[in-house]
Amino acid sequence: MTPILELKNITKAFGPVKVLTGVNFDLRPGEVHALMGENGAGKSTMIRIAAGDHRAEEGEIRLDGDVRRFAGPREAQAEGIIVVHQELLLFPALSVAENVFLGHQPKTAAGLVDWGRMRREARDLLDRLDCPNLDVDQKVSRLSVADRQRVEIARALSRNARVLIMDEPTAALAEADVKRLLEVVRRLRSEGVAIVYVSHRMNEIFEIADRVTVLRDGVSVGTKPIAEVTEASLVSMMVGRDIHQLFPKEDIPRGEKRLELRSVSLAGVVEDISFDLHAGEILGIAGLVGSGRTELAQTIFGVTPATSGEILIDGKPQKIASVREAIDAGIAYVPEDRGTHGIIRAQPLRENVSMAILDRLTKFSVVDTGREQSLASDAIKRFSIRARDARQRVGQLSGGNQQKVVLAKWLATDPKILILDEPTRGVDVGAKTEIHRLMGDLAKKGLAILMISSELPEVLGMSDRVLVMREGRLSAIVDRKDASPAAVGAAMMQGRREPARAGAAR
Amino acid sequence: MSRRLTHTLGSLGQEILLVVVILALFAFVGVYNPRFLSENNLTSIFVGNAYIAVAAIGMSLVIISGNIDVSIGALIGVLAVISGLLVTNGYPIWVAWLAPLVVGAAINAVVGCLIAYARVPSIIATLAMLSILSGGLITFTGGQWISGLPAGYQLAQFRLLNVPSPVWFMIGMTILAGFLMRYTTFGRSVYAVGSNPEAARASGISYKATVVKVFAIHGAIGGVAAVLFATQLQVIQSTTPVGLELVIITASVVGGVSILGGVGTVFGSTLAAILFAAIGSSLIFLNVSAYWLRAVQGILILATVLADMARRRRTG
Repeated sequence: MTPILELKNITKAFGPVKVLTGVNFDLRPGEVHALMGENGAGKSTMIRIAAGDHRAEEGEIRLDGDVRRFAGPREAQAEGIIVVHQELLLFPALSVAENVFLGHQPKTAAGLVDWGRMRREARDLLDRLDCPNLDVDQKVSRLSVADRQRVEIARALSRNARVLIMDEPTAALAEADVKRLLEVVRRLRSEGVAIVYVSHRMNEIFEIADRVTVLRDGVSVGTKPIAEVTEASLVSMMVGRDIHQLFPKEDIPRGEKRLELRSVSLAGVVEDISFDLHAGEILGIAGLVGSGRTELAQTIFGVTPATSGEILIDGKPQKIASVREAIDAGIAYVPEDRGTHGIIRAQPLRENVSMAILDRLTKFSVVDTGREQSLASDAIKRFSIRARDARQRVGQLSGGNQQKVVLAKWLATDPKILILDEPTRGVDVGAKTEIHRLMGDLAKKGLAILMISSELPEVLGMSDRVLVMREGRLSAIVDRKDASPAAVGAAMMQGRREPARAGAAR
Repeated sequence: MSRRLTHTLGSLGQEILLVVVILALFAFVGVYNPRFLSENNLTSIFVGNAYIAVAAIGMSLVIISGNIDVSIGALIGVLAVISGLLVTNGYPIWVAWLAPLVVGAAINAVVGCLIAYARVPSIIATLAMLSILSGGLITFTGGQWISGLPAGYQLAQFRLLNVPSPVWFMIGMTILAGFLMRYTTFGRSVYAVGSNPEAARASGISYKATVVKVFAIHGAIGGVAAVLFATQLQVIQSTTPVGLELVIITASVVGGVSILGGVGTVFGSTLAAILFAAIGSSLIFLNVSAYWLRAVQGILILATVLADMARRRRTG
């Protein structure tokens, strides 16, 4: 069978960073082809190239066997290649029918929008998706996430989608909605639509996919029929390297207990978390996006104070109702999204580094700029931040150096407990290694480190123990010697499988 | 060569650029008509406009914090009338001078609370305040000017070392506010909150407290501006010049304060206010209709924003 869409030898770089190298991918009519890989493996870039958003530097795209070059997403859409984005790109203030036909509304002979036809056709499309209850005149802002997704799929179908690319379609869905979505996917497949299905969720992949392609570090590791793979073999394809070699982790004797959580909850988000963290220890937190990892960190740091349970620092109960109290208790938090939560781009490095400890650098609320300057110069040396001087604006630094500024800012608070949320996301390989080395040094100096990461190799490579979260709860705590990709992966996914199995058995 | 020149100009702050422009303007118009540089004219340029420069200091704080205030013109009018009524009703002169500061701080603290706690966007909160204050003012005074002001009340007519007091106020307040913004935790909080409220919060800086303080200080500075405005003549007008708030906002923006928040200094806004005053006066000496002043201000806004964008593109 000729593939409907074929990517051959695709290579793409953003500046000096190579994102895809010689990637091959083919999609047959009427199949669901799963695309898997860790964050940063190149899935999104590949999708964007297929959809005409990005242009590949090398390689070719074939549609029905013919080489095509898409100048932009419009051209790809005209050929029926449609992406259903993870962050549904809808217009909340417009009705369902308007959203479905936005940009290609049916017109009357006079060239005006043909509302009657538009509403009828929207109705037909939604019925085809088995959504008879969805009102075409409803404003999208009043719909649930699941219904919005249906609108987005209807929108794709309204453009006669032959290739439907779904980017983590179930990331924000509840279990029952996931089942309905998979129903819809099956129905579309039986109508001959070819579907690229991007997901991290193993049970969905095994339930719906016909074939699976795994990307790793911008290279396609392999394409296999679903019957020929297991969960374990997929994980090892995605991770695929000797982790302990890549992250030379030093053995540091475990010190005193620094932090202890006793059934800490944040109502409705994080439930009943208990663990302890010792000086010199790196405790990794693994879990899928949305499993409550960041929410747990923000609860410990007082951004969203706990609604029940107890937090103990150095064995003593500690009330943490605000960020200020957490900082004063010796906790520092390097946030996940350094753009929104970490740095102030327009301000100089110096002002950024001193921001969390300004009250300690002031006398009668006047800042001692001499001490501030030496703090900043020390930080530049200690973290080898590549900046002109302490007066350079942080927005001008590279991602890795910005991350070091955030680290410097928080280490200036002289914390006992350091929480790192995705410490190496969006930084280049060199800076990554430096940050890992720095984490080791800090642990050696007796800091207790809590590290959240979506990169399984990083979690496994850097942690003394791994705490696995799933759906807001603690799923497992695994010791370093037992922490294999399979064990941690299973703890991340398990439970998600059970309802699906129950559904399949019925 | 020209690339090097633009690079040099671009790497200088907006403040230095303004100094250069102001000096060039004085030199140019002075050569064309020497009377422009006469002591009389220079005095009238500064005395008549210093209150705008003072008010622009507070406005700069508000804009740096990521907000805006369109009610400042009306507030100055109300505070000026309050000051005049106090002194004509027998209260001591010092009360009439200080009351506008206190009342201005109080009124704007309320506005700040609406913005910080009730999460009303600042443009809406201050637009409402503009209507309330200007409507209340015209209803209350019936458009009557206040006259019969006692001797010794005209603060703006005092001189120290032969320099009119409004100039001292303008310089003193600018330095004070510049120090506040550069060297205190409060000033740092204002920049932090204005450019990245989330990061500020994550660093233990209170957004709400900072915004309320900014507005209260802005109100007190508005009080100073109102006293300078009220005491420059023998009567107090019950209205402020049309579009005063826009002139004040324009001074901040042309002074290099980013309307997006987080960037700028009070020195820039003071210099821009001086530039406007000088341009307004020079139009008369160049025999150009004074009505062009508004158009020139508009051009300066555009030039400032375009220059700022060019600078951003280069430095990232």
